[in-house]
Amino acid sequence: MTTPAPGPAAAAPPSMPLPAPPRKRVLAQARFEFAALLANGEQLIVSLVLPLGALIDLMAYPTPSLGTGRRIDLAVPGVLALCVISAAFTAQAIATGFDRRYAVLRLLGTTPLGRDGLLWGKALATIGVEIVQWIVIGGVGLALGWRPVPVGLLYAVLFLLAGTWAFVALALLLAGLLRAEGVLAVANLLWVMFLVLGGVIVPRSTMPDVAAGIAGILPSAALGDGLRAALAEGSFSPLALVVLLVWGAVATAIAGRTFRWSD
Amino acid sequence: MAAAVEIVNLTRRFATVTACDGLSWSAPAGSITIVLGPNGAGKTTSVECAVGLQRPDDGTVRVLGTDPWLAPPEHRASVGVMLQAGGLPNGSKPLRLLNHVASFYAEPADVGALAARLGIDAFAGTTVRRLSGGQKQRVALAAALIGRPRVVFLDEPTAGLDPHGRLDVYDLLKDEQARGATLVVTTHSFEEAATLATHLVVLADGRTAAEGTPEDVVGSNSLERVYFDLTRKGRR
Repeated sequence: MTTPAPGPAAAAPPSMPLPAPPRKRVLAQARFEFAALLANGEQLIVSLVLPLGALIDLMAYPTPSLGTGRRIDLAVPGVLALCVISAAFTAQAIATGFDRRYAVLRLLGTTPLGRDGLLWGKALATIGVEIVQWIVIGGVGLALGWRPVPVGLLYAVLFLLAGTWAFVALALLLAGLLRAEGVLAVANLLWVMFLVLGGVIVPRSTMPDVAAGIAGILPSAALGDGLRAALAEGSFSPLALVVLLVWGAVATAIAGRTFRWSD
Repeated sequence: MAAAVEIVNLTRRFATVTACDGLSWSAPAGSITIVLGPNGAGKTTSVECAVGLQRPDDGTVRVLGTDPWLAPPEHRASVGVMLQAGGLPNGSKPLRLLNHVASFYAEPADVGALAARLGIDAFAGTTVRRLSGGQKQRVALAAALIGRPRVVFLDEPTAGLDPHGRLDVYDLLKDEQARGATLVVTTHSFEEAATLATHLVVLADGRTAAEGTPEDVVGSNSLERVYFDLTRKGRR
């Protein structure tokens, strides 16, 4: 065997490549993830079509009861909470599970983006999708007569951020524990359970006592309650915010220990 | 010649399996280092330790003098990686993906030129999930080179490529070496080793069976014969 003609002796060492600035890397990843989430048909259905259908259904029929007050003012905050769960939990868990399956997480971890940049990109992309959801659902709600209490909008943004943190952390926790197909099944199942039993759209005040008690410790009900209090009454619900923050902290701590970057 | 990659007494265990059992090898700066070995010899595991994807249980790994497990973005900008598993998002399109990866670097290579060189422009608008194995390999290779890295790790870069594709890749890798980059290539292909290697490493059973220039390792024998002798002896 002969050695191929040596190139290195003649070649000067290449100049030191530099990474793009951190903000540019993270924003690029956020744009890429945002486009991927919106381009995925299944995710689009869960993130936008189903919440929109839920809002129209709630306004077309008198059941389930949403409690006392204008129905539209109680329906829209619940559907906005459902949007957060769809984008931050279901869509992120499934996308992350399959990204790990196809070694996307590993490859991006070797680039200047790194693991931290990847997580920040996912978080920003999720918030981007939520903004689109809120614009669409809010716009349809306004057309149907929704009149949010203006002072409550600030509280609502606080709950949007806290809810996003809690549910993205739960998504990463789930995506780190199961194989991609398992994540797909469980994330969709939990979405349905949050919707039906989790106090998201149907307020806990209209649920049987036992069910309301259980729902009271769930992040789904905390998000729904917090947004209803903010947007329908203009009031701040500290207990709901604490529940969300505790879920976020616990899920983040566990996901930090259990998350696997590769299958 | 100084080493761009230095692996010393690397041990990496998975449950009951020891993938790397105290192996050592290095890649001289500016070399094309070919890492040969049977399946399970420790090729991929040692490369994954060198790119910071796995943490050694014992031993030291240095790439450009840096511990890759703790490496900052500035170090990762100097290292290009092509994984055996690909790592391409299934729903993305090749050119869009390459432009995205290029945005992580301050001065990336010309995406269009690289795509044309590897024939990627012919399927630039097709989603990754619809590409053939060879087409995915080309995209993954382009992604590894897009940052104009000083060290490139390529895990079986020509697997699934047709003969023309392999020759294209060989030419590209030689050009990268001429640019001054250090390339570490794992492979099962004797043709690849004979065509590209300026430094040769043979692994067997998680240990280093031989290392040196091709002349040092092969002498007057054929590479195939030396490889089979080295790896057969090493098999338990």
